[in-house]
Amino acid sequence: MKALCWEGVNKLSVEQVPDPELRNDQDVVVRLIAGTTCGSDLHLIGGYIPGMRAGDVIGHEFVGEVVETGSAVRRHRVGDRVVVCSFVGCGRCWYCANDLWSLCDNTNTNPGIGQALFGYETAGIFGYSHAMGGLRGSHAEYVRVPFADYGAFKVPEGIDDTSALFVSDSVPTGWMGADLAGVKPGDVVAVWGCGAVGQMAARAAILKGAERVVSIDRIPERLAMTERYVGSETLDYTATDVAAELRERTGGRGPDVCIEAVGMEAHSDGPMHLYDQAKQQLRLQTDRSTAVRQAIHACRKGGTVFVLGVFAGAVDKFPLGAVINKGLTVRGAQMHGQRYIPMLLDRLAAGEIETAHLATHSLSLDEAPTAYDMFKEKTDGCVRAVIRPDHRGAA
Amino acid sequence: MRKVWWVVPVAVAGAAAVRRARPAHEGGERAGDRWLTVTVNRAPADVGSEGKPPAPLDELADRIDVRIRPAPGDRGTELGARFREPVPAESTSVPARLAGRDPRQELRRALRDAKSLLEAGEVLRPDAPPTTRPTPGGKLVELFTRRSGGEGVL
Repeated sequence: MKALCWEGVNKLSVEQVPDPELRNDQDVVVRLIAGTTCGSDLHLIGGYIPGMRAGDVIGHEFVGEVVETGSAVRRHRVGDRVVVCSFVGCGRCWYCANDLWSLCDNTNTNPGIGQALFGYETAGIFGYSHAMGGLRGSHAEYVRVPFADYGAFKVPEGIDDTSALFVSDSVPTGWMGADLAGVKPGDVVAVWGCGAVGQMAARAAILKGAERVVSIDRIPERLAMTERYVGSETLDYTATDVAAELRERTGGRGPDVCIEAVGMEAHSDGPMHLYDQAKQQLRLQTDRSTAVRQAIHACRKGGTVFVLGVFAGAVDKFPLGAVINKGLTVRGAQMHGQRYIPMLLDRLAAGEIETAHLATHSLSLDEAPTAYDMFKEKTDGCVRAVIRPDHRGAA
Repeated sequence: MRKVWWVVPVAVAGAAAVRRARPAHEGGERAGDRWLTVTVNRAPADVGSEGKPPAPLDELADRIDVRIRPAPGDRGTELGARFREPVPAESTSVPARLAGRDPRQELRRALRDAKSLLEAGEVLRPDAPPTTRPTPGGKLVELFTRRSGGEGVL
């Protein structure tokens, strides 16, 4: 079958790879209907995530059709249209049982690498390095889905493929940020980043009753999209002093909750960006945490900062003093999607959440490298490029 | 030149793993004395007994001591194991570990597999083949992935 492979730093190509097979009794094999580019893939493509091998298939956010089921699969049958959570959870370890699915003990096939990097390993995730599970990615004609009874969710009729696609990762990630940050009625929430995850975090904050939600970015199309489809206020950080603006909009207090949805390759328009960029390129730090720093400084005393963006290693100039002296709560997590996806499909069906607008571009699997170029450079207002395999030549 | 930069974090992670789990005799203790432990999200009765440990740990039963006790706070059962005889220092050296000759690797793998079987009913197998193109950098990652199941912080 065809698949999009990582071939080295900033090198992607579509290659022929062996078809996936059932490797465990609780697996299913899914025929891809659509997958999407994700900002976290850019860190991987750029060589910032360790543990990639040339030839690895990438992609982790997808919707498809079940074509084969393992002997122990109980909740799915061939023909089911499913959206699949990007993180794989076994469903029965202590972490899964406590709804902390991205921390599953049993789905990272390379636990020693993750333990060396982070102290303890994460759950496995599709197509996101051998350090994060070693599972093949979804930008392919077919993908194997382990523990499918827990990670694949039947898409209700009435929800189209493109809308369902983003429930695989972007929507639950955003929802989790607002949920675990404890957003409640009356709060003022600031969200850094108006990509798909940032938009969904802002929407979640609104649905959880926040009094005001302010989204921050520099890309005009994304700011306009966030106002229109999410209903959030917006700030262009290249045109204003974000901290001063947030103080003004919060009676001088600062936001109650700050959600960072940018990640390890953050941009800014100040000299700090050049400093961070230089240190990252020289590998003196692995991640650029510009947006996290801003969020920590802007947050009100006693408030909460939630880090949704993906970070891989160490950052420089982390304002720990502000965390301590302002009494902040800082949280972060990879996505516990299984906890939220059924509820989010219901909200999507009810029209409370819109996602189809995120799919600004649609390309074939053969054009997947171009899709990532467009996505990275934000060409033609690209927010998410949807990749749809051409199945006519499939085995 | 930039093409090889991505290997650096892998090598750093490998070095960190080696440092964290360096031969036990360097710390003034015998490697075989340390209990390697996993917590299983099952009741103690489901996990087995010290005389009859769960599979595949039972395959090592003649060489290990097993400890099974309830975990605090409704977290299941702590399943621990250690070799009866101290592991020779030369078997825990970095070259021995890279060559897969450290017996603790087998024990860690058995503990992890036992936990996964008890909790999830199966041990997740990686996709095959894991990747399609051998490169020097890829071979380094492959070495770490080959050893990964038997290394780590247990």
